[in-house]
Amino acid sequence: MSEDVLLSAKDLCMWYELKKGLFGKMGYVRAVDGVSFDLKRGEAVALVGESGSGKTTLGKTILALYRPTSGLLKFEDKDVTNLDSKGLMWYRRQLGFIQQDPFGALAPFMSIKRILEEPLIINKIKNPAERAKRVYEALEEVRLTPVQDFVGKYPHMLSGGQQQRVVIARAIILNPKLIIADEPISMLDASVRVGILTLLRALQEKHDLSVIYITHDLSTTRYFSEWIYIMYAGKIVEMTKTKELLKSPYHPYTKALLNATPDPDPKNRFILRETPPGEPPNLANPPKGCRFHTRCPHVIKGLCDEKDPPEIDVKKAHLVKCWLYV
Amino acid sequence: MSSTLLEVEDLYLYFSTRKGPVKAVDGVSFKIDNGETLALIGESGCGKSSLAKAIIRLLPRNIDTYKGRIYFDGEDLMNLSEEEFRRSIRWAKISIVPQAALNSLNPVIKISQQVAEPLIIHDKINKETALKKAKEALLLVGIPEAFMERYPFELSGGMRQRAVIAMSLIMNPDLVILDEPTSALDVLTQANIMNLLKKIRKELNLSFIFITHDIALSSELADKVAVMYAGQIIELGDAESFYSSPLHPYSIKLMASVPTLRTDKKLEFIPGIPPSLINPPKGCRFAPRCPYRFKRCIKDPPLTEVGKNRFVRCWLHVVEDR
Repeated sequence: MSEDVLLSAKDLCMWYELKKGLFGKMGYVRAVDGVSFDLKRGEAVALVGESGSGKTTLGKTILALYRPTSGLLKFEDKDVTNLDSKGLMWYRRQLGFIQQDPFGALAPFMSIKRILEEPLIINKIKNPAERAKRVYEALEEVRLTPVQDFVGKYPHMLSGGQQQRVVIARAIILNPKLIIADEPISMLDASVRVGILTLLRALQEKHDLSVIYITHDLSTTRYFSEWIYIMYAGKIVEMTKTKELLKSPYHPYTKALLNATPDPDPKNRFILRETPPGEPPNLANPPKGCRFHTRCPHVIKGLCDEKDPPEIDVKKAHLVKCWLYV
Repeated sequence: MSSTLLEVEDLYLYFSTRKGPVKAVDGVSFKIDNGETLALIGESGCGKSSLAKAIIRLLPRNIDTYKGRIYFDGEDLMNLSEEEFRRSIRWAKISIVPQAALNSLNPVIKISQQVAEPLIIHDKINKETALKKAKEALLLVGIPEAFMERYPFELSGGMRQRAVIAMSLIMNPDLVILDEPTSALDVLTQANIMNLLKKIRKELNLSFIFITHDIALSSELADKVAVMYAGQIIELGDAESFYSSPLHPYSIKLMASVPTLRTDKKLEFIPGIPPSLINPPKGCRFAPRCPYRFKRCIKDPPLTEVGKNRFVRCWLHVVEDR
């Protein structure tokens, strides 16, 4: 394994237990089911999928908010799959988390200064002057200037875009190596979205951060990530460079997603978009074989509905999980 | 030639709050022809949903000002009493697919009965006929018969959205207001709903007011586009010319901030935040954020016709005094 791999997942599974009554088990929801990837230091990857595809669960599993059901997760070549509380303390300091809803992510009764100090206090930075300095620096990094105007404010006094900047400041204040951004712009308005993404990009380049950008919106990926992983029903079905994927998608699901995403064009109103029939499968009882076969226009009877497709490298560094390319 | 269906003239809707009136809709005028779709785009808090509420007269209690003219098929709706409006216009002529439509279904009534309800109440027709019509409407929006006798929680988000659309069509209205109809849905489901809306507007010769903050999505339906900013329409024009060459600095910046899938471009963002609607800036409301601002901008620019069916509220496009 090359040295600059920061995070690596092997056959990672995160299944939620379904309970019946107090003691009975009914089965599992296979939210993340056999995911493998290597994320390099300093690279941004977009994790794209529809709601219920398991992208947020994967993010939270990486953050060690969930314990994986099986599989292996390595961070800087250390096994972080099952950490004890001391290990967790270390591991989580390496990560930053940017939530979807900034207002929900910020405690309403804390001032911005207090919100940003919290991770420092937890990580035993006792000197108040040192803490104040780091809060100041973090706010400057996210361009909430002049800083004095913001430190004393409370979350409700800020606009959505400014709140999200505070969330970003909190995520980077401990100098993490990996940022997980779960739909960081979906609650924001069009005119501020680009500002937030540009900021994330700038921070990533400045600090050589790795970023996992979880989104359902393909159109933003071209500008903010080198790599893209397409997730469907708990599995990564296609992974490659972003530009390559947008130019020549292979997996039928990726093609469907691209085809369904509009660009502003007055000709759109005269066309009907082709979409696969049906809906994503229930992950408590996923279909046999390829999980997309129930909706796929190119389904091969006797193969796709029987056996799980292997990962095929169709070009250099372009992996597709589909029987069509075997 | 198509004829004018809806004409809004100088519409105002202010809400009273403790801090003073919120000028949600502040002198808005536009026209929609039969069978035409107007896309109303703008950021949250610009007044686009309030404009929808003002047209269909679904108003909260804290109204400060509600005035202007709304001509529908030549009749001024503002002259109608609440009771007349309810009987003859709302749902019968103008219906709405509300924002968060997914939560606007009653959880304890079966889908087919909810869709039939407006017919039973409005037209006083018997239940069997109403249910039969509801079934037709549900089939039209692509809900298979097996799903009609289910409760809302048994349907997926896309199906529920289809049911709400069926409900808005049940009285054969001429105008349907779509308030962010797909904002909670996935990309593929969204594409399906857009396909459906394109089909039914052709089949039924419907007019839509399509409210959205998603500029790429707006082009899926728009024949005409109106951009709202701080309670005012700042640009109005046909889709072809708007998407290729927006004129108002705000529209230009907004278009430049839209990430595109198929072409590479440099994305821009608009510094600053939209103004408060309680105390909007004097003069042009976009001036504090506008890169082209000059001395005339301290006065409020009029909505000026700058070409065939194109209107802009910006001093850059007003010729100096004659």
